[in-house]
Amino acid sequence: MSLITKFLSTLLHRREAGIAVMIVLLALVVGAIQPRFLTLETLRIIALAIPLILIAAMGQMMVLVARHVDLSIGSILAFSSIIAGIMFRDLPEVPIIISIIAAIACGAALGFVNGVIVTLFKLPSIIVTLGTLSLYRGLVFLVSGARQVDPQYIPRSLIEMSQTSPIFGIPWIVILAFVIALLTYFFLDHVRLGRQIYALGSNPVAAPLRGIKVVPLTILVFTMSGALAGLTGIIYASRFGYVNPGITGVGFEFTVIAAVVIGGVSINGGVGTVLGTVLGVILLGMVNVALPLLGVSAFWQDVIYGAVIVIALLIDKSVRDRSARALAAARSAA
Amino acid sequence: MFKKSLLLGISLSVALISGAALAQDPVSIVYIPKNTGNPYFDSLVAGFEDACKELNCEFTMAAPATAEATSQIPFITAQTQRGVDVIAISPNSPDAMNQVLDRARSRGILVLAVNGDLVDNYEHRDAAILPVDFTKTGPGQIELVGSMIGYKGDIAVLSATTDAPDQNTWIAAMVDSLKTNPKYKDMNLVATVYGDDEPQKSTTEAEALLQTYPDLKGIISPTTVGVAAAAQVIQSAGKADEVKLTGLGTPNQMRPFIKDGTVEAVQALEPL
Repeated sequence: MSLITKFLSTLLHRREAGIAVMIVLLALVVGAIQPRFLTLETLRIIALAIPLILIAAMGQMMVLVARHVDLSIGSILAFSSIIAGIMFRDLPEVPIIISIIAAIACGAALGFVNGVIVTLFKLPSIIVTLGTLSLYRGLVFLVSGARQVDPQYIPRSLIEMSQTSPIFGIPWIVILAFVIALLTYFFLDHVRLGRQIYALGSNPVAAPLRGIKVVPLTILVFTMSGALAGLTGIIYASRFGYVNPGITGVGFEFTVIAAVVIGGVSINGGVGTVLGTVLGVILLGMVNVALPLLGVSAFWQDVIYGAVIVIALLIDKSVRDRSARALAAARSAA
Repeated sequence: MFKKSLLLGISLSVALISGAALAQDPVSIVYIPKNTGNPYFDSLVAGFEDACKELNCEFTMAAPATAEATSQIPFITAQTQRGVDVIAISPNSPDAMNQVLDRARSRGILVLAVNGDLVDNYEHRDAAILPVDFTKTGPGQIELVGSMIGYKGDIAVLSATTDAPDQNTWIAAMVDSLKTNPKYKDMNLVATVYGDDEPQKSTTEAEALLQTYPDLKGIISPTTVGVAAAAQVIQSAGKADEVKLTGLGTPNQMRPFIKDGTVEAVQALEPL
């Protein structure tokens, strides 16, 4: 008995508990109003809404943990996506995998530039990436001549990645997203370099004293965020079947940052888990699918979407406060 | 067809301007489409370029990244400051730009509404150049989807933003012809949803339509982003036989879906 309560109380005191509770509550409430929400088909729709946000969220999470922010990911996504699209269109003889690698490499390069500007000139990343958000979008229009890559040029096999796979018919992009999340978890929890990101974000002043090479590590974090945004660009082309220079990834950074912060990642650096971020992404994905399913009018959708973000943050905060109090009580008792 | 009327419209405004302003410099024209990178406006811009070459006037294009109601305002202001002679605009909103357009006009700039009009705010522009009779687009879509579903069953509309003036004009006309024309008495418009001309949102809304209305027979999406997203969703769900899709799509955008049978017919949306 005491073992079970102990287990439950550890579970509830984990930072992820609040957001998990919110997911279950949301599913129950929406399911009660619209039973169609609790079907396999809805699960498929939610699953398909997740990979785009999840892959970029892994990168953004690392950036936030390092006490920075990357606002340029929507434009990096668009740049990688349009480069791949142009390669599909103009170089059809090139194998698809080469275009995919090129897209990821472009993303990594743009992320690298972010990292270099931030570290070299010691500028706040929020301002730097606000600038490159616009700069990279301009590049997208330049390389594409402001023309979109039409659906006929996107390879069938790439589009099918968003539709199915031999593994229970779960679309490849969903599997890919969770594999990336697992790799990120492994990197952050079991690799020295990954753990150093937390140390850097918790205390940037002390980090060099602890032997952390701040500049290369910061550049690495931005490069990884860029590479993951680049990969998201490929997923985008796969999911929607065309690449438009003007609408691809516009406002994407807000969705991703919202998901990451809902998942308990602190914007003050040093704090955040992969599990929390995954849950945050799932919650946002569910809300996005639930609102139209409930027949909520377009005007109210934005209101409710915003309200869910605020409520999730409040629940998260109350859970954190409670566990902090429990910790303090335990300490004073001992 | 439309390029010709564009040429005519521009020559007319050039004549007006040069007559009034005694300008020695070539007339400068700026065109502000709804947003950049929108394939629909590619051919319009090409039309402007051709016409301006012919009439020897100076042409520039400037447009916001997104097609929001207010996103064109800074562009109108900037062009007014620049002192162009003509602002041609495909408005994102019927009324959000009234003030800035008035200011431009008070400085002697000629304002042309191109492709879509400032519905019920006609006094804020000098002239409008429209590619088709907009009153026929909505009923045309209803007839097209009706012919595909045997004029019977539930249909839904997947539109752009809630305040998109062109789409709202068309949807109002659709509702009207469903109500008044006895031919469509067995057709039932169950929902009008908005994808905000955003691929992700349009896709989610289309998926939700299929989920919420299992008996849905047809979807009309009078916007290029929406119709492409809906086509992708219907194709992925393998429901091309159950749910008929039509709407306004550029030929390039819709080609693969028409080829593989996901879509039977769309109204081609390309100014020629």
